[in-house]
Amino acid sequence: MSRKRRVIVFAVILLGLGWLFTPLPAGAARPVQRTIRVEASQFAYQPAVIQVNQGDTVTLEIVSTDVVHGFYVDEYGVSATADPGQTARLTFVADRGGTFRIRCNQPCGPLHPFMLGELRVGPNTGLVRAIGLIAFATLAAVIATPPALISRES
Amino acid sequence: MQIELTRSPAVRRLLKSRWPQLTILTLLLGGFLLAIASGWAGTPVGSANFGIIFVWIAWWALLILLVVPLTGRGWCAICPIPAPGEWLQRRAVLEPTERKPGWPHYRWPKRLRNIWLQNLSFMLLALFSAVILTTPRATAIVLAAMLFLALGLSLIFERRSFCRYLCPVSGFIGLYSQAAPLELRVRDKRLCRSCEDKPCYNGSEKGHGCPWQVFPGGLARNTSCGLCLECLRTCPKDNIVLQTRPFGADLRQPSRKMDEAFKAFLMVGAAVAYTGILLGPWGGLKQAAYRAGSLAWGGYAAAFLAFTWLLIPGFFALAVGAGQRIARNTQPLRPAFTAFTAGLIPLGLAFWAAFSLSFVMANATYVLSALSDPFGWGWNLFGTAGLAWKPLPMGLLPSLQVLILVGGLLWSIRTIQRTGAELKTSSLPVAVFQAGLTCLMLGLLL
Repeated sequence: MSRKRRVIVFAVILLGLGWLFTPLPAGAARPVQRTIRVEASQFAYQPAVIQVNQGDTVTLEIVSTDVVHGFYVDEYGVSATADPGQTARLTFVADRGGTFRIRCNQPCGPLHPFMLGELRVGPNTGLVRAIGLIAFATLAAVIATPPALISRES
Repeated sequence: MQIELTRSPAVRRLLKSRWPQLTILTLLLGGFLLAIASGWAGTPVGSANFGIIFVWIAWWALLILLVVPLTGRGWCAICPIPAPGEWLQRRAVLEPTERKPGWPHYRWPKRLRNIWLQNLSFMLLALFSAVILTTPRATAIVLAAMLFLALGLSLIFERRSFCRYLCPVSGFIGLYSQAAPLELRVRDKRLCRSCEDKPCYNGSEKGHGCPWQVFPGGLARNTSCGLCLECLRTCPKDNIVLQTRPFGADLRQPSRKMDEAFKAFLMVGAAVAYTGILLGPWGGLKQAAYRAGSLAWGGYAAAFLAFTWLLIPGFFALAVGAGQRIARNTQPLRPAFTAFTAGLIPLGLAFWAAFSLSFVMANATYVLSALSDPFGWGWNLFGTAGLAWKPLPMGLLPSLQVLILVGGLLWSIRTIQRTGAELKTSSLPVAVFQAGLTCLMLGLLL
């Protein structure tokens, strides 16, 4: 690889790393109390994606419309069980930003292991960073190995 | 780095003995039969049934995260499915005997000597996967069908025709084994050419002829070598070696076969589709995939088939064509189209690893409870039956998945760059296509 090309690749890698650690706008909304009604039925939650802001105090009113369903949020570790016809309440402070999977933790039928929802706290910065990383990695790989170089190698 | 593992006399002795392989295979056959029995007669609750948990979580995780990436066809070497048929076919469990079987051993039809049937059998399983993965009886039926199909075919056709041409698992293991850092090859090809009897292919009193219908002297890629090690046992000149090699060594000379190209599309497409269907929050999609035979399922099946057989290959063909245009290459599209699919091998492997980590980490605790109570009948054999479900710590999972996907993408770009240079065509559009597919996968995972 020529010196010039090496410098460009190095710069792209630095930019990629910089992208990973650059603070992204996190949404400046003031924390509020939110109450959200969630319907659980085989094998989905409605709404499928629960969007809140970081710092919000969230109360979920979970209603099952068919069989007993569970409600477990990855990383937060909070959970509730919703019996049919009764409302289960789950309150927590959404203090961690990111996207977290919601899982049913009460066997509820064949697709139970795949009964999933999403809790999004703030913007999905993880995805934005990852896509940026893919773009920088692709660019670095394309610049680093021009066709002529590979021809010589092979 | 190439290290000849069989150079060590102890390793060679160990691999030449049939006992270690037979011991593992017998244990796995027991587990396989238990999976069928528990799937058929055990609890219908999938998350409490040994058949579902051990096949689709424990075995699958080991296969796709460790065995295939590191050993290629290592699983095929100990797979219990063809064993009963092979024992009947050979009328022997260990060493060859003089007894000949009393039934014909036809050659597999010439027109079907490719992996199109494996592509179809995989697609058939994929279309019903939401049912098979979650319904113990469906899993039991599929496992039993594979066992009986392998048995039946071994009584009609020669050697392991089921594994080579029909098994839905063998097809993708063969494809991804090209990326593995392990290979079985001959040390000196000249010795093979001068060898008259070719006992590695025809068999001898020391061992059986290659069950995979491969002449080891001509092996250039891992795809069709099942690592059964019979040739190691039969070669009179100790010319067969098992050795390590750099990851993806076979991808330097990509296959030009359309059946293998489509296997790569199907695998990448299925990984993306499964991630959306099974790990996404869309309940309607899951229900459509589960209600086999319904109108909704018909729509799901049509979309699945269109995505894997048309959409992905179509965009890929456009990217390859654009690369040829950029390089002002006027060669026909087909050779470049098939050769560039080598890049989908590391990418597909990364997609499957990232997808599998999600549900394996979430459901790993079921393995311990199913071990204690395989049928869900209230047993507690090892005191772990009542273990409450808890996912493994998921905090690091997204970063791990991003790392795997970025690594897979870089590896695949490197692979297509080499192919592009050989074909004198630009690999840039294919690289962009692969990066786009990776972004789609990330969007579904994160």
